[in-house]
Amino acid sequence: MALTIFLVVFGVLVIWIIAKYNSLVTLRNQVQNGWRQIDVQLKRRHDLIPNLVNAVKGFMQFEQDTLRQVIEARNAAVSAKGVADAAAKEGELTAVLSRLFALVENYPQLKSNENVKQLQEELTSTENKVSFARQFYNDIATKFNIDQQVFPGNIIANLFKFQRSELFQVEKAEEREVPTVDLTLKK
Amino acid sequence: MLEQFPNIYEQQRRNRRKTVIIMALFVLFFAFLGYGFDLFYLDNDPIGVLGEARTAFPIATAAALLLGGGMSLWGLQSGAKAVLSSAGAFPVPENDPQYRTLVNVVDEMVIASGEPRPRIYVIPDDDPNAFATGKDPAHSHIAVTRGLLKTLSREELQGVVAHEMSHVKNYDIRVMTVIAALVGASLLLSDWARMGMRFGVMGSGGKKGRDSRGGVGGLIALILLALWIIAIILAPLLSQILAMAVSRQREYLADASGAELTRNPLALAKALEKIEFADEPTQSVKKGSAHLCIVDPLGRKANLKEGAIANLFATHPPIFKRITLLRAMAYQYQPAPMKD
Repeated sequence: MALTIFLVVFGVLVIWIIAKYNSLVTLRNQVQNGWRQIDVQLKRRHDLIPNLVNAVKGFMQFEQDTLRQVIEARNAAVSAKGVADAAAKEGELTAVLSRLFALVENYPQLKSNENVKQLQEELTSTENKVSFARQFYNDIATKFNIDQQVFPGNIIANLFKFQRSELFQVEKAEEREVPTVDLTLKK
Repeated sequence: MLEQFPNIYEQQRRNRRKTVIIMALFVLFFAFLGYGFDLFYLDNDPIGVLGEARTAFPIATAAALLLGGGMSLWGLQSGAKAVLSSAGAFPVPENDPQYRTLVNVVDEMVIASGEPRPRIYVIPDDDPNAFATGKDPAHSHIAVTRGLLKTLSREELQGVVAHEMSHVKNYDIRVMTVIAALVGASLLLSDWARMGMRFGVMGSGGKKGRDSRGGVGGLIALILLALWIIAIILAPLLSQILAMAVSRQREYLADASGAELTRNPLALAKALEKIEFADEPTQSVKKGSAHLCIVDPLGRKANLKEGAIANLFATHPPIFKRITLLRAMAYQYQPAPMKD
């Protein structure tokens, strides 16, 4: 009798460990997949930016500084390593890009240029995709981290040496702010 | 107002529970209609509702349930195609710059929701509206009217697409497809029963059975017969009321989980306002698929009011209530500005 009870309890325990382990592995894969999603969108953004800069260069002789900053921020972002570094550099890139978008508003020829409009739509969408991918990644990574920390799942997580995932955080408050446009720049 | 909509997971749970109850009601309703056929047309009574059980198989009950099940399956298989083609929707040309924003916005919501990509359609109609349909997230379709693309800003369009994407994610598209099929099946049943009555098939078999029993059995039979005839006559109406109930609940939920995707409930609120004030009916959307749309395409007054009668017959909750709820959600997102 005692043996039966012991076996049943042991069996339930083993099943629980397997289930918990598998769910952690599934979550880890989802987190990695979430990160790849961000990565895909970031790459696309890096590819689009030189096109936009080339398209607007001719019209915006007075904004060479901004254009150079965009290219520099883009190059810095391309060479970023790891989640935290990428988050910081992408944040800066977003900030200078929105400055460029605000400036484009000052050039009627640019605003009505089909090619520029197209590129702006693509970049806007890519920006959105980056932030939605980030939102999805952060949600799933938070769930993964919580599952590793709460009792009794933390025992399994420690036993099999699961690592917490870094969140993709926006480093600078200015990224959230609407850029102010100096209207005196207008020709 | 907010206690009524505590959070998204609670809402999803309530929704699922309500849907299960309503589906069960449909099954019972079909069984009742079918058993009436058995009793009064075919003189089958295997569970002995009218006195002693007779052993015959309830053919009509089985047939009614099979009809309901079969039409649901057929609806899942080809309902989406039927709805899309009846609305005159065409698949979006992906690389046409005219529709680039729509395609991009859908892709954004695909990323935010983590669901497979739905197929995108445009309906050539100038009234702003949108709907989602399909079998499951892997076989889903989102259609918007040309008027919607013209009327809304990018942000507002995103709100509407997020609402539709939530219908996909919450499996509303499947529930609504099955329910549309069940409403159709109950229409058919009701028609057949009435045809049967007209040709006077009824009672020919039942009489000899009833004579052998006492007066009480006869009375019960009479009451049942009366109830059954009422049910047959009201079948189309009753099933539509059930369908509307499911549909209304799901609109609130899709608004809320759409806002969860974009984290921007105000954009959807603004979009709903614009859609509502463009008040011409959406001509391309037929009455049968009205419950799929983001706002009632027929512009019926019932959808603007609250109250028992309006609640029974409206496919959509009052739009002003939806807008108020979305604004409340925006307020909830507001007070904690992100500092990281």
